[in-house]
Amino acid sequence: MAGKLKIHIDQDKCQGHARCKALAPELFELDEFGNAHETGDGSVPAGLEDKAWLAKANCPEIAIEVTEE
Amino acid sequence: MPEHPPVTDWVHDFDHTDPHWTENPYPIWDELRAASPVVHTDRFLGCYMPTTYEAVREIAHDTTHFSSRRVIVRDVRPPITNTAPPITSDPPEHKPAKQLLLPPFTPDAMKKLEPRVRAICNELIDEFIAEGKCDAAARYTKHIPVRAIAHMLGIPEKDSDQFIKWIHEILELGIKDDATMMRAVQEMTGYFHGHIEARKKNPTDDLITTMMNARDKSGQPLSDGHVLGSLRLLLIAGIDTTWSAIGASLWHLAKTPADRERLIAEPELMPTAIEELLRAYAPVTMAREVMKDTVISGCPVKSGNMVLLSFPSANRDPAMFPDADKVVIDRKENRHAAFGLGIHRCVGSNLARMEMTVAIEEWLKRIPDFGLDPASQVRWSEGTVRGPRQLPVLFGKSA
Ligand code: SF4
Repeated sequence: MAGKLKIHIDQDKCQGHARCKALAPELFELDEFGNAHETGDGSVPAGLEDKAWLAKANCPEIAIEVTEE
Repeated sequence: MPEHPPVTDWVHDFDHTDPHWTENPYPIWDELRAASPVVHTDRFLGCYMPTTYEAVREIAHDTTHFSSRRVIVRDVRPPITNTAPPITSDPPEHKPAKQLLLPPFTPDAMKKLEPRVRAICNELIDEFIAEGKCDAAARYTKHIPVRAIAHMLGIPEKDSDQFIKWIHEILELGIKDDATMMRAVQEMTGYFHGHIEARKKNPTDDLITTMMNARDKSGQPLSDGHVLGSLRLLLIAGIDTTWSAIGASLWHLAKTPADRERLIAEPELMPTAIEELLRAYAPVTMAREVMKDTVISGCPVKSGNMVLLSFPSANRDPAMFPDADKVVIDRKENRHAAFGLGIHRCVGSNLARMEMTVAIEEWLKRIPDFGLDPASQVRWSEGTVRGPRQLPVLFGKSA
């Protein structure tokens, strides 16, 4: 079994395309300017792993990192 | 008005206003991309075009060598006037100007606007559905973004035809005709000026008022010039672009019954389909001006030239997208650049996505079967924004 996933957004790279929020609303929040932050500490709850990878694969700025703990 | 001789050598002498390019640019981009990641033409007083996703990405992220002060590749380079911040701004002025515009365009803000857009779509369809056919560009796609942005700005939706005329004069005719462009910009500026003055007496609750009430870091209101520039941007950028994206999407669905039927049977595919249509038919090509010599994807780039920053060509790069020339409405990985990359990411991207989704959903609900009218022709726009300007379709199974 793979370990738990964690997501992190590089704030310098994020330009607020909001793709992550559309694909994985549980894992991302947008601020008032539409830029994204990971929800909570970025831990990906069980069952949402695919959504985390999908968000990463669709971020046009390559701003999302997904790591396995 | 300078003459543009027909292109005979695309790789060394490209011209994005050539009728072949306007009609079908995709094979041309493939040819250019196979030749080099960056190509050059002496037309437009010297202009490069990055052809690959990587080269487009490099330039979009490089605000040191490339300026946004000119955002359209034209025959002339007049002195910089009539700016449209933040799209024409470079760092450090760019960020504060952009941050003013971002909050009204978040996905949540767009959800509030969605019911009005759904209503606009249905009002338009009501006008032509009984006729069994229509020019979908002239009677449908054209009117949706302009009415939506008018609604947001708090200006009369009935002024839409005037806005459409100005946009045509600025973005299409203006490439080759400076006088027409300047006149349109001036008329538009005068129009907005009137609205600003009216709000000074009677404040309202709309985007113009939001801009007028905005304060910079030191607590100062924006200059009238800045407010006017941003209003020009919202109108210019908000109309043609989404009109084109919705039109190209309907054009695709008109000639691809399998995708149409699948979208109706599996409406949950709509979000990926919209992204794919945005990738495949990205309407907007921006410009940059080279300020300092540099190297992009191994190619030397010299200052003084313009750059045709083709997000649509990046989106067709097979090195980035498998089957780049196919429309795959359930494509899972889609880092397309239709809204640009880097700091100039389109402020209105959430609005555009919402308008595209609603416009296509409402159309498919009421006109599930339709096809291109063989008796008439599809006509595409010229220049900075690509989309169908004439899109004749017939409704019903027989189409
Ligand atoms: S998709 Fe990427 S750029 Fe867009 S909001 Fe999410 S992290 Fe930011």
